[in-house]
Amino acid sequence: MAFYQTKKIVTLIVLHTFLLSIALSCIFPFFWMVNTSFKSNAEFNSDYGLKPASSLLLDNYNQVIIKSGFWRYFLNSVIYTFTTVILIVLISSLAAYSFSRLHFPGKNVIFYMFLAAMMIPLPAGFVPVYVLLQQLGLLNRTGYVLAMSNMGLSISIYLLKTFFDQLPRDLEDSAKIDGCNKLETWWHIGMPLVTPALGVVIIFNALNVWNEFVLASLIFAEKKYMPLQAALLQFSGEQVTEHTLVMAALTVTALPIIILYIFMQKQFVKGITAGAIIK
Amino acid sequence: MNATLKDKATSFSFVLPALIIFALFYIYPFFYSFILSLTNYNIIGDLNFKESFVGLTNFKDIASDSDWWKSMYNGAFITFWALSFQNVLALMLALAVTRVVKMSKFYRVVFFTLPILSEIVIGLLLRRLMLSEPVGRDVLNHMVNNLGLGFLAQDWISGEKVRLITALVHCWKGFGWAFVIFLAGLQGIPNQLYEAARIDGANAWQSFRKITLPLLMPVITLIMVLTILGTMSSFAMILALNQGAGGETTVPIMMIYNHLGSDLAGLACAEGLVLGIILITISFTMFFISKKVRKKYGVLPD
Repeated sequence: MAFYQTKKIVTLIVLHTFLLSIALSCIFPFFWMVNTSFKSNAEFNSDYGLKPASSLLLDNYNQVIIKSGFWRYFLNSVIYTFTTVILIVLISSLAAYSFSRLHFPGKNVIFYMFLAAMMIPLPAGFVPVYVLLQQLGLLNRTGYVLAMSNMGLSISIYLLKTFFDQLPRDLEDSAKIDGCNKLETWWHIGMPLVTPALGVVIIFNALNVWNEFVLASLIFAEKKYMPLQAALLQFSGEQVTEHTLVMAALTVTALPIIILYIFMQKQFVKGITAGAIIK
Repeated sequence: MNATLKDKATSFSFVLPALIIFALFYIYPFFYSFILSLTNYNIIGDLNFKESFVGLTNFKDIASDSDWWKSMYNGAFITFWALSFQNVLALMLALAVTRVVKMSKFYRVVFFTLPILSEIVIGLLLRRLMLSEPVGRDVLNHMVNNLGLGFLAQDWISGEKVRLITALVHCWKGFGWAFVIFLAGLQGIPNQLYEAARIDGANAWQSFRKITLPLLMPVITLIMVLTILGTMSSFAMILALNQGAGGETTVPIMMIYNHLGSDLAGLACAEGLVLGIILITISFTMFFISKKVRKKYGVLPD
């Protein structure tokens, strides 16, 4: 008996050592990031940012957010994320509702077209999209939001359609009898029923837009329209030696996501694995 | 009759916004890139197809461009590490987490933090940990020296091991994503199977080999396909980490991005097509193999 007990304990110690060492490698850089962001340059130079910050110095944040304009980039990111997500939710839920509930000729063909778009990898799809936006004179915020709303569209339609398919139609039938037209039924009955799937769609797309870099860096030549990711790369290129400033800028970008994630883990996991689970 | 026509038109109009955006930003660019790839269009002014038509010159240039094939090699190198090291690590972590009761939630939360952060954030954060500028302020070298691992101290961003380091950073960013999918796959395996095996006297390795691995096969092939596609079509992390390290870590998609940035739209499109066709071939082959594998293990319900 004692033998099995010892064996069990040893196994647990080995497992936890393994798990903890990997977990530490994940956590440490972010502690270093936040810690360094509170340090003066002199303090950083003496301890490499490895000792706890002596005080919560906000100079770096003041410099980054106010003077280097990160408040603007943050606001841009928030605006792009909000508008894109709202657009995707409205457009994809309308389409998904129609694919699941309504009838029109060619319905299946169009739906499979969206499906195929999810399956075929277009690694350099941003090239023709950029050229197209340039020719349409849409190298601006409108063009960016429109192009971004296409990126998450197929997956969102698919997620919502499969969710609609699993729901009973009774409520909609009674709504129809009560005189609701299709648009009203979609908005008053369909949307509330599909909220759990909407959560996944929202997180998936919000992360996608918030973290997007390629198109943003191509489209926005002017700094004042840049979202955080594009601005970050440029800022880091300008501040080659100022580690503490760059850490403050990174914290401003990453911390909101990390905090949201800690409060909404389940939705995040579902959101980011949504693409994988479909295939 | 008129009523049903109107009815159908309303139903169709629900799909219309999605269809317009899709046609404009997916279907049209998809075909447009075939046309662009035959031109030397440089994004200045409208495309005059007759004047800028160069035939297959772009593709010939790509075929003989050693930089392009070197970037392919770099991409394949990183993908190899992601397929092997990253995914094996993820599977081991998933197996370990299902074995421990305490703190398993903590581990899951921590492992999944990296995939939700952007490539730029991860790349810049590690760049600053590895950078030795100003001279002597290289945090990572200071750390490995203090930990008694001085032999590891090196130029992390442009030294001779930079390709391997980039691949490892890529694995570090990506393992959490594979971990979550493996975990879901493991939880889908019924516990009775393990109990039955234990009663029959199977040890841990035998149950892993005979139960876990075969039943996990669909998940494994799925992760492999997504790893290849994901690795070969991402580059922002590398751009932030070491900007390609003078060609040592330049991946194909980064070349395409750079060519587009220097207004070589035609060439960039041709490169995109070459990469796209290679990836589509690989992913279809993989799905074909995975079907065979699943049939062999008898876990193919559809």
